[in-house]
Amino acid sequence: MLLKLDTVSKHYHMGSTLTKALHKVNFEVNKGEFIAIMGPSGSGKSTFLQVASMLAEPTTGKIILKGKDVTDYNEIERAHLRNKEIGFIFQQFNLLPKTSALDNAALPLVYANVSYSEQIKRATQILEKVGLGDKLKNTPAQLSGGQQQRVAIARALINDPAIIFADEPTGNLDTKSGQEIMDMLTQLHSEGKTIIMVTHEEEIARCAQRQIKFKDGQIISDTKSKKT
Amino acid sequence: MKNVLKIALKAIWTNKSRSFLTMLGVIIGVGSVVMLTSIGTGLQAYIEDQFDQLGANTVLVFPGDPFGEGGGFNRESQVSAIANSKLEMEDVGDIRRIREYVKIAVPFVTNNEKISYRSEEKSITLIGSTHEYPDVQTNTTTEKGRFFSKTENESKEKVIVLGYDVAEELFGNIDPIGKTVRLGSQNFKVIGVQKKVGGSFGGPSFDTYIFIPIETYFKQYDTRTIVEIIVKTKSTENIPESIKAIETQMLKKYKEDEFSVFDQSQILDTINQILGVLTLGLGGIASISLVVGGIGIMNIMLVSVTERTREIGLRKALGATPNTILLQFLVEAAILSVLGGSIGLVIAYLGTLAMQAFFPAKVTMDAVILAFGVSTAVGLIFGAAPARRASKLSPIEALRYE
Repeated sequence: MLLKLDTVSKHYHMGSTLTKALHKVNFEVNKGEFIAIMGPSGSGKSTFLQVASMLAEPTTGKIILKGKDVTDYNEIERAHLRNKEIGFIFQQFNLLPKTSALDNAALPLVYANVSYSEQIKRATQILEKVGLGDKLKNTPAQLSGGQQQRVAIARALINDPAIIFADEPTGNLDTKSGQEIMDMLTQLHSEGKTIIMVTHEEEIARCAQRQIKFKDGQIISDTKSKKT
Repeated sequence: MKNVLKIALKAIWTNKSRSFLTMLGVIIGVGSVVMLTSIGTGLQAYIEDQFDQLGANTVLVFPGDPFGEGGGFNRESQVSAIANSKLEMEDVGDIRRIREYVKIAVPFVTNNEKISYRSEEKSITLIGSTHEYPDVQTNTTTEKGRFFSKTENESKEKVIVLGYDVAEELFGNIDPIGKTVRLGSQNFKVIGVQKKVGGSFGGPSFDTYIFIPIETYFKQYDTRTIVEIIVKTKSTENIPESIKAIETQMLKKYKEDEFSVFDQSQILDTINQILGVLTLGLGGIASISLVVGGIGIMNIMLVSVTERTREIGLRKALGATPNTILLQFLVEAAILSVLGGSIGLVIAYLGTLAMQAFFPAKVTMDAVILAFGVSTAVGLIFGAAPARRASKLSPIEALRYE
């Protein structure tokens, strides 16, 4: 077992009202799984992603990553943990503007104390892998949406994380580019990567091997497709 | 740390024009602080130099009490003291007779006058003294011709020695020796031209003075009073005793407030005090611009933090700790201010070099270190608030920021 959420709740105070974004969620991921998280907006799927990816702390419950209880990690420890074990792919790509694809992909290595020459070497390799070997020096403005998201995937892969979290990775892309990104994620999955992806599109979710549905802060269904 | 430096430099480079405009405040601040203090210290050094030329064993006797009442060198009281001077030639003789301490004593009178040669006319400062004047004023030596003699003084000869610039302007390439010039209403024969002294940024200099025998002066202006007695003591060690002895002698004839005796160090101290305050004042005013420059940095850094909220969120999500973010923005602010400080320093240095043609400005190491230190501090202090704000951003909120 790679990641386990044990009766995890996340409550927000919005003024005087208490919002239970996540309520006593139990969840386990094994290495190599490709999971799609679904649910209507406000169902808690985004909060789940934040808590599971160490961006947000749970209000109650336990988080076990690679057999270690990481629930009470402080901000610095969480930052190091995200740097080493988590890869992020965002809907908005979130690339640094006016910065080359190479430097964008290498960004996590900046915070991993990797020498600059090593950063460049690894970023070049990984960008070649996602098919951008000829666009290393291009800035995001000089890349199409699909290419930008591929840079973001390269960035998510560069530190060889334990889990890749993807938040609506095709949400900002046209159908063709979206399909390319999904093909890439499927490819990564077949190479043994663990991927947890939030999406609201059934079709996209079907690429994953396991679908989890959220409603009102709770998991209401957890199904495995027979496809893989 | 190396990475943080690289990130900060990159952020500055990607926003070149904005970074430069931000630095402009610090550039102007540091530039003006260094330039203005260099004027002050240059002036001080120049005056000290001038006094050094006078010689360390010079004691001056003035009418009145220019250093009295409030302590400062009061120009008005000095002017009225000179106008009401009671000092006369007899006093010079009395002081000369203090043989134990006094080597030489020379009277000194001065007036503004017009001098002309053919169609050339010039306003000059006229100095009347004895043939021994060159012995006390060691920075004036006669280059062409000669200084007037004892006999010429005693017989009230109408002879004149010109300062270098005066000779230059009146005569140009013509040799002035033996020529007749008109001084006020009388004709004088030029017997000498002084060597160029130089210096003196637009103000009076020995080069613009002319010298005539004091007895001739007395006759021409129908007066017997002198405005200053220049005394050379026998040694530099017993100046206080010399002053005491001269005062005792003078008190036999004058009241305490009718004369003053001091050596140049007292005058120098007073002038240095005034210049010190002036330098401090100028520097202080210029420092305001440095603070304004700092506020500029803070402003831009705050804008930068807001503008880069998403970037900060992303960096945090990907593993940047709050301290790394804090450091990144702090280093960015520090680089902006240090770079601005350096540019300001270079400009101030060039400005000072340019000024040296007509003003004795001098960049001191103190000013450089101070300006550099202050500009770095300004960057860190004014960069701290925006950097702190950046480090406190929650990655989730920041990533959601539009």
